[in-house]
Amino acid sequence: MAEAPEIPSDCESRLQLAAPEVKAWFVREVLPLEAALTQFLHRNWRKGSDIADLRQEVYVRICQVAQKQPPEPVKPFLFTVARNVLIDRVRHTQVVPIEAVSDLDALGVAVDAPGPDRTVMARDELRRLEIALDKLPQRTRDVVVMARVEGLSGREIAMRLGISEPAVSQQLEKGMRRLADILYSAPPDLRSDT
Amino acid sequence: MSNDGLENTCNMADTIEATAAAWLRHRQWDWNAECEAEFNAWLTESWSHRVAFWRLEAAWNRAERLTALRLNVIASPSRSLTEKKRPHLLKTIASVGAAVLVGLSAMWWMSRPVERTYSTAIGDRRTITLSDGSRIELNTDTVLRVSMGSKERTAFLDGGEAYFQIKHDPSKPFVVIADNHRITDLGTKFVVRDDPDHFKIALLDGRVRLDTVGEPKQSGILLKPGQELTSTARSTSTEYKSTEELSNELGWKRGMLIFENVSLADVASEFNRYNSKKLIIADAAAAHRTIGASFPTGNVDLFAQMARDVLHLHVEDRGTEIVISR
Repeated sequence: MAEAPEIPSDCESRLQLAAPEVKAWFVREVLPLEAALTQFLHRNWRKGSDIADLRQEVYVRICQVAQKQPPEPVKPFLFTVARNVLIDRVRHTQVVPIEAVSDLDALGVAVDAPGPDRTVMARDELRRLEIALDKLPQRTRDVVVMARVEGLSGREIAMRLGISEPAVSQQLEKGMRRLADILYSAPPDLRSDT
Repeated sequence: MSNDGLENTCNMADTIEATAAAWLRHRQWDWNAECEAEFNAWLTESWSHRVAFWRLEAAWNRAERLTALRLNVIASPSRSLTEKKRPHLLKTIASVGAAVLVGLSAMWWMSRPVERTYSTAIGDRRTITLSDGSRIELNTDTVLRVSMGSKERTAFLDGGEAYFQIKHDPSKPFVVIADNHRITDLGTKFVVRDDPDHFKIALLDGRVRLDTVGEPKQSGILLKPGQELTSTARSTSTEYKSTEELSNELGWKRGMLIFENVSLADVASEFNRYNSKKLIIADAAAAHRTIGASFPTGNVDLFAQMARDVLHLHVEDRGTEIVISR
């Protein structure tokens, strides 16, 4: 398995401008693997509230690598990075019992597990989006539909729903975050109709 | 859960994501150059900001596809947007076949610029942000196709009206094609309207070149800020408009129709672009009355009320149309 190169710690201080290529690569290649990655992190880290942090750290590292040279193939590399992130976290805190990451060597299985199909056809995608919408709380969904589908402004939505503009903003932000979780993090079985 | 000393790093991702969501909301609703600079500063501050924002943005962009549902909703009002659907055998079979096709054409598909279609129904408007940061606002009843190629960015205005705020890129010109007119962006803000019987472009800022599709580009003309060009089957004319006049014409961006000394005939045809309930001015005497007023684009009833109470015209509401006469 490929080793993830060490990232120099001063990297943040000499950031180049975000290359649109890195972004495009990240959205195209990495985000579709998020469900598998999240599952992997959950399996290997017992504290659920850390998952978002760990995942972000994985993303940061892999994008920094990709800025120099996009790794190919992506999937095994992503899991190697994830593994390194977990190990670093264990070393760093020195509190988490080592068994928290004990089945890291079983990684090969996770790497070979089928990921979500990237070439989902448009209709499937649409259905998936509808299902995602259904998973939002009612008020959040109303705001998302009005903003995204009907193209209404915050003020217009506030008027329609009879709530304050800040409340609308709050719902919209919540909806944006929940949508990303549902579309990327949730296991692929969400795509079924049940 | 035991305390394992991670409090200091815990939920950093959560905080960053909350900020990213706030930026994304700003971009959806209220965006200007100032926001842009501040946002870019935040984005370049760290990679964790970037990945958090990219992720939310990607999901939000995917959700854009939901607008396709809206056409269904309009076509069959009984169906709710979020109504649960039952799996359908035929649909499943079709999916499998199509999935094979999709797989086969994936390479081809990924290597060519994707054309996306954006549209609005009568009375609606919508803002889209392209991957290059350019913003386009679609007015009522508009269809726009956008293709972001590696050498050229192209938008086809198939009908309706759109306001363009284009991020200039000399290596990748932005071209708008409406009817047989080709507008090449040279760094700018402009509005294009393509009605069945006339074409209009007004330039607010920057420069654009306008030429005719199929003719050599040298034959085109350069428009200057404030200039408005109107072209019909018979004639083409340009005139300079004041900032205020242009701002009035763009009232639709705020959901308003603003009239200064406009005949009721023209007021009616403007309202009719936004509403399925049509205004009909039945006689010439009424048609030639002029007004100065502003109305929400969708509130044709307010206008009818004003015509009756202020202009003392005869107003007959027939449900699907409002007939106004002397």
